[in-house]
Order: sequence, then C-alpha cells, then structure tokens
Amino acid sequence: MEQLINKLQKSFKLSDVKHQRENLTFVTVKKDSALDLVTHCRDYEGFSHFVLLSCVDWIEDGKFQLTYLLNNPSGKFDLGIRTFISRDNASMTSAHLLWRQIATYQRELKEMYGIDFPGSPRVDESFILEGWDEIPPMRREFDTKKYSEDTYFPREGRGSNDPATYMKSKLYPDDEK
Amino acid sequence: MMKNSIFNISPDRSKYPEKDAEGNLMVDLDSQKYVKLWQGPQHPGVTGNMSLELTISGDEIIQAKTHVGYLHRGFEKLMERRKYIQCFPTCIRMCVAEPDYNEYNLAAGIEELSGIEVPEMAQWLRTLVLEMARLQSLLRVVPGQGGTFALGLGVQWGVYLRDLILDLFEELTGGRVYHMYILPGGVRGLLPDGFKKRMEETLKKIDEFVVNIDNLMFSNAVFKQRAKDVGIIQPEWIDQFGIVGPNARSAGFMRDVRKDYPYLVYDQLDFEPMTMNYSDIYNRARLRWHDLIMTVDLIRQIMAKIPETGDIKAPTPNVLHWKIPRNETYIRSESSRGEYGFYMVSDGTDKPRRINLRGPSYVHAISLLEHMLINANIADTAAIMVSLQTCPPEIER
Repeated sequence: MEQLINKLQKSFKLSDVKHQRENLTFVTVKKDSALDLVTHCRDYEGFSHFVLLSCVDWIEDGKFQLTYLLNNPSGKFDLGIRTFISRDNASMTSAHLLWRQIATYQRELKEMYGIDFPGSPRVDESFILEGWDEIPPMRREFDTKKYSEDTYFPREGRGSNDPATYMKSKLYPDDEK
Repeated sequence: MMKNSIFNISPDRSKYPEKDAEGNLMVDLDSQKYVKLWQGPQHPGVTGNMSLELTISGDEIIQAKTHVGYLHRGFEKLMERRKYIQCFPTCIRMCVAEPDYNEYNLAAGIEELSGIEVPEMAQWLRTLVLEMARLQSLLRVVPGQGGTFALGLGVQWGVYLRDLILDLFEELTGGRVYHMYILPGGVRGLLPDGFKKRMEETLKKIDEFVVNIDNLMFSNAVFKQRAKDVGIIQPEWIDQFGIVGPNARSAGFMRDVRKDYPYLVYDQLDFEPMTMNYSDIYNRARLRWHDLIMTVDLIRQIMAKIPETGDIKAPTPNVLHWKIPRNETYIRSESSRGEYGFYMVSDGTDKPRRINLRGPSYVHAISLLEHMLINANIADTAAIMVSLQTCPPEIER
C-alpha cells in the first residue's frame, strides 16, 4: 500500500496520509484534483469497486469533508480519498459517469447536506424526505430535538418521570401524606 | 434482459419509447400508451416498506423508480448526538432482518479507533451470533423467493424454523429480534447450559427443511419456469453498480468479506462460499439455499471448536466518559445480503462525529433494481426485487 501511495504522490499532491490498517489507507487531496485521483485509481490502480461516498460536517472549520472510499478487489485493500469543500454554497463535481451507483449517493448528499452536484441524474429529486423545507437535516446546526418539539404534539402517556421519585410514590404512597 | 420470461411474448422493445438527446425516456402519459403503476410500499414479498413507481406499456415495464423513506428515522443523525454506548440500541434498528451486523460493526469500529483487543472467547461468540443471524435471515429469504410466485408453503416452514432460532437467541441474549449482545470489548455472556444440545436439535430440523425446500422449490416445474432466465445480472454490472455478496457471487465474482478480509475467527473455519456463472432468479435462490447449508455447517463447526470458557470482555474505559481521539475507519462484515460496512469518524469527544452505513441494498434496491426492471413484465417485479434481497431500512437509515 505504501508503494502505491508513493506512486500517487508523484502525480497528485496528497496530504494527511493515514495508514489506518494494513489494508485501509486514507489520503487528502484538493477539491480540484479529487476526481482525477478517483478516476486514476479506477482506471490504472485496480480500484474497480466503489464502496461509498460519504460526508462529514466539520462545522467548526466551515467545511464539509467528502470521502470517496474505493476498493481494490484483487489486491484486497481500500483507499479513502478525502477532500474538503466549503460549507457555503457547497458544490462538487459530479462523479456519476465513473460508477452508476454514485448518482444515488450524490442525490442523498444534496438532500441531507445541501451539497450540489451539477449534472448528476435526478439530483434535485427528493430521496428520502418529502416536502422538506427546513435546512438539510444532516448539517450539524440542524437540531433534531427542537424540530421535534416544534413540529409534533406531545402524546399522553409519553411523559417521563424521575425513576426514584416515581417508584417511591408507587411503593410507599403513605409516606407522601 | 428478459430472455425467456413466460410473460414476455412480445418482441424486443428495448428502444421503445424513444429517448431524447439527453437520454431521458420520452414518456407521454396523455398519449394513453403508458400507465403509471405504484407497487408498494406494501409488497407481496419480504422486502419491507419500499415502493416502486413503474411506468408500463401493456404489461411491460419501461421505466422504474425506487422510492424509499417510509421507515426513515434519522438514525445516523441521532447517533451523532449520543455517546458511543448509546448508539447500540439505535444502530441495530438500521436493519431489522439482521441487526447483529450493526452491533458488530459498531463495536469493531470503536475497538479499532480505541486500540482494544477482543478476547478469543468473545470472538467465537460473536462469530456464532453473526452466523445465527445469517441463518434466521436465510430461513425467511430462501423460501420467500417461492412466496413471490405464490408458493407459500415453504414460507410457513421457514417462519417456524426461524422462530426456533429466535428462541435460541432469546436464551443466549435475552432478546428475540434485537439482541445488543455484542458490546465494545466483547460480548455480554457465555453460552447457557445445554445450549449446544438445543442448537443441534434445531439444526437437525433445518437439515430436513433443506431437503424439503429442494423438493418444493427447486424441483418444481412452475418455479423453474417463472425463475429461470428472468432478472439476469450481467457480469459487467458488478463493478458498475457496486454489487456485492450473493448477487455478485451468482454472476461469477467471489465477493465474500469472510474470505476476502477475514475477521473474528472465520480463518479458523472450513468453508467455501459458492459462486455461479449465470445470475438469474433461479440461480440466486439456489445459491442462497447453498448458503443456508453452509451456515448450518459453520454453526456446527463453531459449536465444536468454541472454548468452554474464557474472558468474554476486554477492559474498556467507563462507557459514559469514553472519548475517542480524532480518527476514521471503515469496518465491513458479510451479512446474508453481502458486504455490510460502517464508515466511522471520531472527533475526540464522547460522541461519534459521523457513522455512515453502507448496506448492500443501497445499490441493489435503487440503481440496480431500476435498471433490471426495464423491459421486465410487471408479474415478475416482486420476484426480481426479492431475488436481490433488499432491505429498505438500511437505505434510509
């Protein structure tokens, strides 16, 4: 794996190289060359299987981390390619022409994080949420508890009690009098 | 694609309707040539809540769109607000059919990020639980393929036997469907007294089931005619769509995490996952039937080799104050549907920054199924869907 990384270093400016396991390495690359690296790995380095495209919200840095995880089925190792994009007007070049499944990941990221992938098939169609008009819910600033309290009414019987006080009142009702 | 479905009596109409310059189908619903048909979210198969928006011409599907979201509960988001130990009751619900792979992946991810070694006894018990999970899943899915052709008897047998496995789960873990038996560092308990004997009694009943299902389904002329040469997965699609597990193996690609990236004690077990070179509904069902036999054999091997006693849990930090340094990893295991992975990112706090599930259904049920259904007959839809063994909850998390 180290040989491969050294080879890739010659063509791409890799940073934050992390050999997480014998068969799993993460590298960081700039946004402009991320898909070039992904394409190179697919076409020349045997990474024919695309595992996933994921996003991590580093709200404190004002960035989204996109991770393209590729797998080399014959070499039996994985390469995670990280790239960082701005949270404001987040947008990334679409990779749907590389593997057909990527369009689904990009559609989900558009809905859940608000990251645009111009040209990706059906990227503007809702994926899971229907009629959603709040901020994309997987962004860190989206508060699920507040949303729930604002949107849904409390149902009877769903209240919570302090277990110690509640059991005391049930078991020893006379003590309260 | 549909070479010999008994319903496919029309000539190849793969270019019908025409496509525009961008490759989109030019479907004019007002022309009365086409009809929109929604199949689901309740299905005749055992696929969970997922709906298919089909555009049909006569009884031929010309366009299919998968719609999910009926079970969305935002688990990945919820886990970002919970301590690592609190993520266990949440993550297991990401796939109801086989919750144990979620437990294992999450625990293995936490252990890797924290540098914890799991004792050997716990590794054997984890392997046992994962194989029991595969067995109970296959007991539903193998006869379930017959169910899509109205062959309901095998489903009844399978449900009964699955309940016997759930009895054993209850004995071992206290829970029938959700177990929360695997925890960071190990597992919650040893085998109960007499467990091996009761397991063997159940496995003997499953041996009989295997023979009966062979006679009922695979020697059945109607099943053969409905399932052969229908719903074909072409070998070149495996990498294009990211197909994994039995769906890939039936097309001739050896994709099994237990062999490719051995984890737990799988390297001490003797097994060889089956591959085929032609992936239609019949062969995929047949391959899962072989997987069922192999799983029974693996459980017998585990029962014979598992140590009588030993440490079941490595020391871990206080789970309420367990902070994991900034790092990331990808953990995979082989579920009955194929590679089941967790991409995990920690940020130095006591809560995960991100946990992203990569389930096989994410590609099988969306991009692949939408592609496979084109030119299929609407009567084959449920069978094709079940033959991919889709599990919608793992798509919408």
